[in-house]
Amino acid sequence: MDKMPKWADVVLLPLISLLLAGAISALVLLATGVNPVAALGVMIDGALGSTRGWGYTLYYATNFIFTGLAVSVAFHARLFNIGGEGQALLGAVGVTLACLMIPWPHWTIALLAAVVASALFGAAWALIPAWLQAKRGSHIVITTIMFNFIAGALLNYLLVEVMKPAGIMEPASANFPPAVHLPNFADMLAPFGIPFSPEAPANVAFLLALLAAFLVWVLIWRTRLGYEIRAFGFSETGARYAGISGTRIILISMLISGALAGMMSVNNVMGEAERLVLNSAEGAGFIGIAVALMGRNHPVGVVLAAVLFGFLYQGGAQLSFQLQIPTEMVTIIQALVILFTGALDQMIRAPLERAFLSLRKARA
Amino acid sequence: MTLTHKFLSATAALALTAGAALADPALIFDLGGKFDKSFNESAFGGAQKWAAETGGKFGEFEITSDAQREQAIRQFAEGGSNPIVMAGFSWATPLETVAKDHPNTKFVIIDMVVDAPNVRSVVFNEHEGSYLVGMMAAMASESGTVGFIGGMDIPLIRKFACGYAQGVTAVKADAKVIANMTGTTPAAWNDPVKGSELTLAQISQGADVVYAAAGGTGVGVLQTAADQDILSIGVDANQNYLHPGEVLTSMLKRVDVAVYDAFKAGDKVEVGVNVMGIANSGVGYALDEHNAALVSADMKAAVDAAAAKIASGELKVHDYMSDEKCPALTF
Repeated sequence: MDKMPKWADVVLLPLISLLLAGAISALVLLATGVNPVAALGVMIDGALGSTRGWGYTLYYATNFIFTGLAVSVAFHARLFNIGGEGQALLGAVGVTLACLMIPWPHWTIALLAAVVASALFGAAWALIPAWLQAKRGSHIVITTIMFNFIAGALLNYLLVEVMKPAGIMEPASANFPPAVHLPNFADMLAPFGIPFSPEAPANVAFLLALLAAFLVWVLIWRTRLGYEIRAFGFSETGARYAGISGTRIILISMLISGALAGMMSVNNVMGEAERLVLNSAEGAGFIGIAVALMGRNHPVGVVLAAVLFGFLYQGGAQLSFQLQIPTEMVTIIQALVILFTGALDQMIRAPLERAFLSLRKARA
Repeated sequence: MTLTHKFLSATAALALTAGAALADPALIFDLGGKFDKSFNESAFGGAQKWAAETGGKFGEFEITSDAQREQAIRQFAEGGSNPIVMAGFSWATPLETVAKDHPNTKFVIIDMVVDAPNVRSVVFNEHEGSYLVGMMAAMASESGTVGFIGGMDIPLIRKFACGYAQGVTAVKADAKVIANMTGTTPAAWNDPVKGSELTLAQISQGADVVYAAAGGTGVGVLQTAADQDILSIGVDANQNYLHPGEVLTSMLKRVDVAVYDAFKAGDKVEVGVNVMGIANSGVGYALDEHNAALVSADMKAAVDAAAAKIASGELKVHDYMSDEKCPALTF
């Protein structure tokens, strides 16, 4: 029997965590002489008060949906994929090759090619740690985190030695041709007569992220493979006894995970920067871990948590801009949210469960 | 509320809360942060000097993501800041877009050239300054082996390294230059521990002078060099004071001057390309009471002679960026 109802687990618990994080952030802000209510107002207005704000919030959210899904798919097989960052960087290389090598006639075909290329490159980068885990027992946490640095080195080499146009100081690839420009929200909503800020980076990749979330839900809860992944995650020995190959599950779930992380680059490289720069993933691979934790590894939860983190990113930037407070303060607020929703989950869960148990006893 | 209304109110709120009235200048820092002990901090120093002298206020913003670049320039421009100064080569692409939309605002970009009628581009001849400190390194070295520690393996840092190696070999043709880069992620610009390890590794290969061009990582390089009793060379700002008597000199890249000049000129700042080299004291080597004992009269005479030749154009230091090759060092 569950200790507390499901709604308390998925709604109440994250809400309390958020409130606690907000309360401590407010104290930190007060200590530095900033009015927390005004600060919250700036964050909300900056992130959700205009279409430009929404455009940035959803742009960041798109990145986090992909990396959050990547972490959660692997986590269903009890694999902790910390390599989302590196897989996203490799995905970015795939997107860049797809956009620069072939003169695409229309963005729709280019988008398809970019999705395939980013997924393939991301999956390939996850394959080696997965194989090492499945065949050699090398711990996936260690190998994936090390692969992040190798990916950084590879990208650095490729940009400086191979992809950079001659004579340019900045280590960046050439700009993508205009034909592969992905429509942003302003382009997409114009036919419906809805005005949207044309400067906001949110683009068609957001829909792709929602589609990916739906497909992950189908995969995990509606297919045989998803059942096997979950069974393996619950009990490796039990799954093996039931005839499920551990090697196969580790490899497949990590390949899907890497592909999802890689596909993030369709958003930030093809949809926003339209060229490849150093460190293009910018930590989204790591934020994905927090997003998956907070979203309870469920696609709906991941999407909601990703939007929350998008809000924190965009609102945080506005906070630092409008109130002229240092970025470190914004980092503290973001870190508190991660700390409370992810790491300190048990701290709130235990008393909450006790409260519900006593409630039930009182009723019985 | 209509969209324009929202934008107007947001702009109004911005002007109020930022405490920056119309036509105040603004400074936007690059990734790596305001207090990086080097490039960004130097820019901040220039802005502070201006504020202290004039009592003026300036807007500032530290970006945390590449996607924020265009957003940051736009918001300052919409808020009425003028001129808007941004430090770092990565600003070129977003600035090209925004400069067109705000023809009445002046922009200043440091380390990169943007060709627009309302943009001032400030670039530095880092290779010239590095050449001078390379000469000093070779003259101070007893082992004939000197080190270079860069942040990341990017063209800008190769430009530093290449100028340095040319200076070294100009003094001692058979001298050995060991060059290492700190890392492959932006963390490499602020990793003093790794800088310390690389310094130890270079010492074990015989280096007795090391030059750090690696942002905050250089703090670790200078510290370890001082601990191990070898000489070090600082970068960007004058870092001689960090370890008096143990830092041979610092390669000065006057980003602070570039920011100060732009702020001082205000919205009348001159547009076009501004090259800061030895000739106009944009780069150079630092000499003060902390390293006076280390720089002999011969050394100073030789370096000053070379500086004069570079300034007059008689001596040409090869710029790595001109053909992406370096005659004195392989990467």
